[in-house]
Amino acid sequence: MSAALQGVEALRTVTAPSPRRRRRRSSVNGGTNWWVTALIAVCSLTVLIPLYFTIITALKTPDQLGGTGFEWPTSVRWENFSDAYQLTNFPRALMNTALITVGAVVLTLLTNSLVAYAIARNMHKKFFRGLYFYFLAAIFVPFPIIMLPVVKETALLGLDTPVGLILLYTVYGLSFNIFIFVAYIQSIPIELEEAARMDGASTWGVFWKVVFPLLAPMNATVGILTCVWAWNDFLLPLVVLSDPSAQTLPLAQFIFQGQFNTNYTVAFASYLMALAPLLIVYVIAQKWVVSGVMRGSVK
Amino acid sequence: MTAPAASATRRAAPPRRRSGRTPRAFFWMVVPAVVIFFGLHTIPVLTGMFFSLTNYAGYGTWDLVGLSNYVNLFLDDRVLNSYGFTFGFAIVSTVLVNVIALAIALGLNARIKFKTAFRGVFFIPYVLAILIIGYVFNYLFANSFPAIFESLGITGLSGNILADPNFAWIGIVITTVWQAAAFNVILYLAGLQTIPGEIYEAAGIDGASAWRRFWSLTFPLIGAYFTINMVLSFKSFLQVFDQIVALTNGGPGTSTESIAMVIYRGGFQGGEYGYQMANAVVYLFVIILVSFIQLRFLQRREASY
Repeated sequence: MSAALQGVEALRTVTAPSPRRRRRRSSVNGGTNWWVTALIAVCSLTVLIPLYFTIITALKTPDQLGGTGFEWPTSVRWENFSDAYQLTNFPRALMNTALITVGAVVLTLLTNSLVAYAIARNMHKKFFRGLYFYFLAAIFVPFPIIMLPVVKETALLGLDTPVGLILLYTVYGLSFNIFIFVAYIQSIPIELEEAARMDGASTWGVFWKVVFPLLAPMNATVGILTCVWAWNDFLLPLVVLSDPSAQTLPLAQFIFQGQFNTNYTVAFASYLMALAPLLIVYVIAQKWVVSGVMRGSVK
Repeated sequence: MTAPAASATRRAAPPRRRSGRTPRAFFWMVVPAVVIFFGLHTIPVLTGMFFSLTNYAGYGTWDLVGLSNYVNLFLDDRVLNSYGFTFGFAIVSTVLVNVIALAIALGLNARIKFKTAFRGVFFIPYVLAILIIGYVFNYLFANSFPAIFESLGITGLSGNILADPNFAWIGIVITTVWQAAAFNVILYLAGLQTIPGEIYEAAGIDGASAWRRFWSLTFPLIGAYFTINMVLSFKSFLQVFDQIVALTNGGPGTSTESIAMVIYRGGFQGGEYGYQMANAVVYLFVIILVSFIQLRFLQRREASY
């Protein structure tokens, strides 16, 4: 327990609003450091090369696979994608993953912020303070200890479905999200809420009409983190989902490994299709995603 | 912008002001969440702890067996091997991820061209599923890298590293670092941007070298970020599972079986429910202990500045 509290302290130092926070003025001394630019450019190749490799392999015919595999494809076989599409039942896996992810994000934002609000505004009361540390302590509980019992429990309760997964993501994300939300809510002046209350708003009204809109930046951060987690997670769907037709995208890649066999070009087309949706969203909303995640750590 | 002003107001406000009866709505906001959290998180932990004292196979009847599961854990080579592998893997990966991520973040925070574009590139791996990345790297390790080394005439490296019981873990570390560095780069970058430029100007006047400037200014100033990144990445690497499934599936033999993998296989497929729950309970206490020691150690270092 005390370790958990220590952890909370450490996390606090990171999230606590820092008066020092100020962007470095880029105009200081001027001039571009070309050596560092070159170094960073070379390093960025280590990120891009495996992606390049995935894309070109997915486009090749099997007979082009020899050698190092980094050669540009001489002829393109688009059927890799349609083969993978049918083999892994791609549209169904995509729908399942999308449904679980959207559900988890929406439910997380609506509920976790609400719980955090009640805790943040009543931190001086023993009950709420106790709850805060109860939720935070769970950050230090590794998933494998929950794994075996929760599978029995979800099967018993009929939660071994996508809906059950949505609930599990919402519950298991609570610890960390409460921590982010509470720190942020405590930095919002309470006067705003008091003014709304003077005007006759109820506690619920104050939350939905005044506080929730003010949480927009943190909602973005928590939404991104939850989205990436739920979309890419493998272990939880693997153990919880009982119906094969409920497969998520990562799960489908795992299950069809045997059927891909040595058909690597189809396998890579399948990997690429599974990676693509989030990658495309990221490329489009890149600045927003990066700043959202950065905000989560500094605020 | 509003944060400092807000916290100042809060400090100034007398604590009495909001005491008195708590509006009932606040209880309704937390009670359902507490009940569901207790049901889906705390109950599994407690039932798991209970079954660690039984010989339950995951089905059928069971008997209480006291602490014998715990005793047997320490005599089980497969379990001991998984702890050795997992800790070795987690230590190496944590150090590499943090060193590389900090170096890249420093580079991205320097006066370079195309800053936003590079930042965007380095963050890409964060949105990719580690399981699928594992499959891609599996192919690279098995086919491409050996072919490259062979054409360069380095025959010592022309085999599949994942097929070698002594070196397969290196392949897992490389894949993990490739994927995990992204998130840490962003956290370090966020930390670096909290440092006001004036401090560097002052150091520049004193004629400090870049190396000294880093160790005596930058690093202490982002100490809190370093602590939290070390603790969180170590904790998540101790739970390694996905990339091992994709890369080696625990092999060759059982040389790359992680703790999570042993619990998964023994608990779901091996009829060792009770026994693996004992393993999981030990694992829980190990993680708590390690986090505690890390925080103590790192925060002392942090405070000494």
